Amino acid sequence: MRKLLFASLIRPPLTERPPSPDDAALDELGRAFVRISRERLGRSLSIRAIDAGSCNGCELEIHALANAFYDIERFGIRFVASPRHADVLMVTGPVTKNMGEALKRTYEATPNPKWVIAVGDCGRDGGCFAASPAVMGGVDAVVPVDLHIAGCPPTPTDMLKGLIALLATMTGKA
Amino acid sequence: MSTLDDLLRGGRPASHHAPWPRVTVDRAAWDAAIEQLAGGHLTLLGLWPDAATVHMALLDEPAQAVGVISLACDGGRYPSVARLHPPALRLERALRDLSGLIPDGLPDTRPWLDHGQWGPNPEPPDYAFLPCEGEGLHQVAVGPVHAGIIEPGHFRFTVNGETVVRLEQRLGYTHKGTEALMAGADLATGARLAGRVSGDSTVAYALAFARAVEAALGVIAPPRAVFLRALMAEWERLANHLGDIGAVCNDASFVLMQAHCAILRERMLRVAADAFGHRLMRDRIVPGGVTADLDAAAGQAMRELVADIRRRFPALVELYENTASLQDRTVTAGMLGPELARQYGAGGYVGRASGRPFDSRRALAYPPYDRLAFDVPVFPEGDVNARVWVRIREVEQSLALVEEIVDRLPRGTLRADLPQPGEPREGMALVEGFRGDVLVWLRLGADGRIARCSLRDPSWFQWPLLEAAIKGNIVADFPLCNKSFNCSYSGHDL
Ligand code: SF4
Repeated sequence: MRKLLFASLIRPPLTERPPSPDDAALDELGRAFVRISRERLGRSLSIRAIDAGSCNGCELEIHALANAFYDIERFGIRFVASPRHADVLMVTGPVTKNMGEALKRTYEATPNPKWVIAVGDCGRDGGCFAASPAVMGGVDAVVPVDLHIAGCPPTPTDMLKGLIALLATMTGKA
Repeated sequence: MSTLDDLLRGGRPASHHAPWPRVTVDRAAWDAAIEQLAGGHLTLLGLWPDAATVHMALLDEPAQAVGVISLACDGGRYPSVARLHPPALRLERALRDLSGLIPDGLPDTRPWLDHGQWGPNPEPPDYAFLPCEGEGLHQVAVGPVHAGIIEPGHFRFTVNGETVVRLEQRLGYTHKGTEALMAGADLATGARLAGRVSGDSTVAYALAFARAVEAALGVIAPPRAVFLRALMAEWERLANHLGDIGAVCNDASFVLMQAHCAILRERMLRVAADAFGHRLMRDRIVPGGVTADLDAAAGQAMRELVADIRRRFPALVELYENTASLQDRTVTAGMLGPELARQYGAGGYVGRASGRPFDSRRALAYPPYDRLAFDVPVFPEGDVNARVWVRIREVEQSLALVEEIVDRLPRGTLRADLPQPGEPREGMALVEGFRGDVLVWLRLGADGRIARCSLRDPSWFQWPLLEAAIKGNIVADFPLCNKSFNCSYSGHDL
């Protein structure tokens, strides 16, 4: 049994089916990412995800980036455990007043150069929570934002596209 | 005559409250209810403020009956429930923060959702964690920002060497003021907000909200919509359980299981996107019915995926069962005894892994579950392993439910018209999400807008039990125990 499972793990997991247009598009996105990241960074990209008040929907889709379908580590994208190791902060949620300080401190703990992506409709402007007195607004209410990925939540493919768009703008700062 | 009937008979019934009765009671009856809770004869389902009134939803488990009692707060005060019944403690601390009502005799008066960033407390309070004294004890503070991709919350561990002596949680970081936003909102906005209380349970919340509105208005959703809702609810349960089974194993450093479970989950989300137009099926359930239909091709795709998961899942279960290193981590870790599970009315896999058989699909048999065949798996052990097994067995049950629903999908319309109420009306609903029972209570104004809406996540009664379950375990086992509970932060913080 174990053998069988290990074998299926070592085998590329999706080759038994012809790649759907989706998968082909994903591969192309991945290759674009690798090309641009080599040009701009010359190395892989480290991301720290921060939930600043999300409903956890955005987190689910960030998680999905790691599954075998997207497997974004193969493109040189890593999620790291500390802001001190991060190039990019991916921030989700409307920023709640109760998380404002924690977000600011996490940003400050991230070494320069750093980039911030506001993830999801909430991350842009607070989404459907914008009017709440318990919410500060979008991510840029607390820290400067370089890019916004729309969606509620954005799909994993949207997020990968967003990361490529961010890389393409990565000049000057570095 | 049941305990709950006795209580309800003495009160003044609300004019429009469905499907269960709500009565306004006097202080003596309120105290009697607290005694029944403390004595274990009733289970607390919810406790929420409404202007100068406090409502308490009660479950009489032997009678499978639900009722709400309400007390007018004289001078803004009422007798605390937590004084005698600890499961109400956090609800009352939150209620105090949000409404200003004072629960007299509340054993812990520290603010809960209010971190001094909004509302009545202008200054961030110096939050005093409970003291822990003894030789060799030290504290470990974790959060609110965690190392993984998870929601924010603070955990204060007091440890003796490796062993956790006490865990104290501090939550509220994701408080978004959702219930305040609900007040005055139209139904469409309310449905969108409800679906964003906890993203992983977006279907369950949208369904609970829709059912509460329909109860208030006396509307019955069309049969096809009822079946499609259940289909989405079971799909959501499956996707989350598969994700959780993998994630618990991952936290026991067994990545292989995670890899396989995540593949199954992803395939489910893709089929959901094709079938309903959204990977998490968000905003597909609305008061009156559903906004998305299922065509024959999508139904077939769901059937095929279910068949495929049925083929693959047993091998994963066998792998879980036969991997000694994994069993070594999950068996006897994070024990939760049956008494606490019962006292707190713990729902979902937390309750059902500790011998509490409650499942609102079965106990309250809301449609279409009154016409569907399924088992409610219950395990007595109360450890991480049992919580994994409940999920495994529920995956099997939900796979069968999906097949049955798709096969029996009635024809017909997707939405019923909603009448203008013309007078205030109240409704409530209890819906079984993957994590446990979600309670939504609301009052609609004469104009049909939401006057008050309260949303109670199952996590309210599960988070405190995690504090109990972790005691005596080593710190390194916390992520594993925590994942086996998988409580919602956002659903709790609102
Ligand atoms: S954008 Fe949508 S999924 Fe993301 S946090 Fe906001 S409500 Fe949740």
